[in-house]
Amino acid sequence: MTGGAPGPCDTGDGATPSPVAGPEGRPDLASAAVSRTRADALRTVGRGTGQLLLTIGYVLLLFVVYELWVTDLQSNARQDELTAELQEEWSAPSAAVPAELRDGDAFALLHIPRLGADYARAIVEGTGPEELAQGPGHYTGTAMPGELGNFAVAGHRVGRGSPFLEIDELRQGDPVVVETADSWFVYRVLGPAEQVPGQQVVSPADVSVIAPTPNGPADGPTTGAYLTLTTCHPEYSARQRLIVHAVLDGPPLSRAEAPDGPPALRGV
Amino acid sequence: MYSWIWRHLPGGTAVRALLALVLVAAVSALLLFVVFPHVEPWVPFADVTVDQ
Repeated sequence: MTGGAPGPCDTGDGATPSPVAGPEGRPDLASAAVSRTRADALRTVGRGTGQLLLTIGYVLLLFVVYELWVTDLQSNARQDELTAELQEEWSAPSAAVPAELRDGDAFALLHIPRLGADYARAIVEGTGPEELAQGPGHYTGTAMPGELGNFAVAGHRVGRGSPFLEIDELRQGDPVVVETADSWFVYRVLGPAEQVPGQQVVSPADVSVIAPTPNGPADGPTTGAYLTLTTCHPEYSARQRLIVHAVLDGPPLSRAEAPDGPPALRGV
Repeated sequence: MYSWIWRHLPGGTAVRALLALVLVAAVSALLLFVVFPHVEPWVPFADVTVDQ
């Protein structure tokens, strides 16, 4: 505040140079004015910078809130819609089989008892950003539930409902249950020492994990009915991919036979 | 910038404070529902698939 304010020196007579006066013996009013404008300019710049930094901080914080919370709300709401649609579709007496899946269509429910007794996510067709924003997405072209080959599904680890946040918790033998229009399919997570490991961390370019036989050639033969889950690894990073493999355990159970699902659904 | 906005808001202190909050809420909503969804694909942990 006191930057260029002239002191209360009595000027005007010019008889004796005041000790507080300038080298010319007179307070230089012009230079005082200049230094005042300079101080004003500095203050404006300082205030502007401060406001800019505060604004940037607010926007970044809001983005974190968006990623970790708002996307969850949006995806969970969408999941509820999709699940309700599926249930309605499946319980309709006509049971009109949809001719072909289009990207974004939900077609199955994924149950993972290890991640919670009520863990259920609607799986949509396709793995683009728009599909994955709704829920776990099926790699187009890979096997469908229960089929020989590799039923491969990608899902978000952080944000968008974080469906695959904890798939690293899956252990050998854990059931992964897929519910479709007419059947239940029980997959079991493989062990660490098997030819197809239960869990692996690979580079993002490693497409062999979704090959018909996981870790085999992309157009190779299949050796069973596998299920593969892919997500990012480590959390909050895209450096690698966390992969979980499971294999079909036994024949499918029809929904008519077991409306409440197989025993595996209750963690057996 | 903020002082300029404050000076140009009509009404007394209470009305101005309320209007300022409304402005903040409007900007936040714009960010949350328009800007961030467009920025999201560039967030690293959005990549969960292999070969994409």
